[in-house]
Amino acid sequence: MIEVRNLKKSFGANTVLNDVSVQMQPGKCNLIIGASGSGKTVFMKCLVGLLQPDSGEILYQGQDLTTMTTAEKKEIRKQIGMLFQGSALFDSQTVEKNIMFPLNMFSRDSYAVKLKRVNEALERVNLKDVNKKFPAELSGGMKKRVGIARAIVLNPQYLFCDEPNSGLDPMTSMVIDKLIMEITKEYNITTIVNTHDMNSVMEIGDHILYMHKGLKEWEGTNKEIIFSKNELLNEFIFASEFLKDAKDMRMLELSGKIANQRNMDDLMNNEGSTRQ
Amino acid sequence: MNFFTELGRFLLLLKGMFSRPENGRVYWKELMHQCSEIGIGSLGIVVVISFFMGAVSTLQTAYQLVSPVIPKSTIAQIVRDTMILEFAPTLICVVLAGVVGSKIASELGNMRVSEQIDALEIMGVNTKAYLVAPKILAAMIVIPLLVVISAALGIYGGRVAGSASGILAANVYDKGLHENFVPYNVFFALTKAYTFAFLISSIPAYYGYHVQGGALEIGRASTKAVVVSCVAILFADYILAALLLQ
Ligand SMILES: Nc1ncnc2c1ncn2[C@@H]1O[C@H](COP(=O)(O)OP(=O)(O)O)[C@@H](O)[C@H]1O
Ligand SMILES: [Mg+2]
Repeated sequence: MIEVRNLKKSFGANTVLNDVSVQMQPGKCNLIIGASGSGKTVFMKCLVGLLQPDSGEILYQGQDLTTMTTAEKKEIRKQIGMLFQGSALFDSQTVEKNIMFPLNMFSRDSYAVKLKRVNEALERVNLKDVNKKFPAELSGGMKKRVGIARAIVLNPQYLFCDEPNSGLDPMTSMVIDKLIMEITKEYNITTIVNTHDMNSVMEIGDHILYMHKGLKEWEGTNKEIIFSKNELLNEFIFASEFLKDAKDMRMLELSGKIANQRNMDDLMNNEGSTRQ
Repeated sequence: MNFFTELGRFLLLLKGMFSRPENGRVYWKELMHQCSEIGIGSLGIVVVISFFMGAVSTLQTAYQLVSPVIPKSTIAQIVRDTMILEFAPTLICVVLAGVVGSKIASELGNMRVSEQIDALEIMGVNTKAYLVAPKILAAMIVIPLLVVISAALGIYGGRVAGSASGILAANVYDKGLHENFVPYNVFFALTKAYTFAFLISSIPAYYGYHVQGGALEIGRASTKAVVVSCVAILFADYILAALLLQ
């Protein structure tokens, strides 16, 4: 379990994190949402120890990361997998070598065993026939999937994803979100995802923190978020008129003033198929 | 940032390299890879430059030595000594600072900017040890070899130019090569080569490893790395000459 207490971080005069405390829920998708520049990446980099916070505690099973020695940090990091915003694949190495890298570094298994593990990871992220390709030959969504495969190849307990669907089309985003969700449940890992994508929020947000101006402005689940009374949060999630309308519709549906029409198309398709 | 902060960070980078490798075999492979990148990658230019440097030295020395009392074989001595003392170690290393230095700086800079270094850190790899140490070590293995090749080729280039232009016959040149040979000069040249090899790998590694920003900054870092390495080489050259040539 990860618990963050009173985390502060500033760069010169720019205070990015101003006293953030939160408990990440084990075995769930914990989402950190907020506008661009609200400090999501900085927060995540503090959590994994890539940035040293100015003050505060980051507890992994009660052990404080900020005061650990390098050797202790290395041990914790073996339980961490991370998907970076730009995928961060090693561009001089093939997909297979990329995913095998952590195995080469940290396991004593034979080549055949490692290759099997690589192929399992690739299969898990639904990629085929890409073993010998270089990152430059892959699409954005495939790169992310390879990034996920590399992150999970050592069976981590914690998975961090920084903007897993930035730069992807809505369909591919959805696929990546689903994948992250499935992996979280399947391996029972604690996943922490940075995003500003509302689709992901609704889709995979078991536990959501909304960050604004370096503070945790709101915390809750995807069931609660659209009904929140927090003005800043509402401004963020209902930035588009379309979503505002959608929310109003939903409210009307829920209050029984109009019928739920969302599955009309499905119904009609089903009827069509039974008639044939 | 002032000079002392930079120097401090530079020394911290070097200190960070000293740790037990997570996996000896992976490190060994990386070292071999870097040796071939640095060595094979710059062999061509070293060969061409050295040969012509030697050839031009012969022609210019002959042009300056007009006195009839000085034997022609002296030209060979002068070419040999300038190649060994200065041209092979210093000039070649200045060239390598451009070739190898910019490569190291931009490779690490790109890895930094695209978060590949962060990705390695997250896996629990000591990136200073894994990314920087093999480069410095490989440079210190390969560059002295390149310097030796350069000196030999330069002397050979002088010989070819001498006979091709009719300034001095090959046998006179060979005779000159054997006169007044000071083995200490070779030791001096190698000391320089090791020192410069360290400078042209560690300084660009420092600039590349600490890049912040994007593609533009990678370019800037690699230019700066080359400039600073060149200045450092010339400065070290002076210090070593003052210390070792008395
Ligand atoms: N290494 C750094 N040095 C200085 N400022 C930084 C650094 N990293 C991030 N920042 C600043 O922190 C703020 C939050 O950035 P970030 O965490 O990347 O936002 P996002 O929520 O979009 O991920 C920005 O104002 C950015 O300028
Ligand atoms: Mg970000």
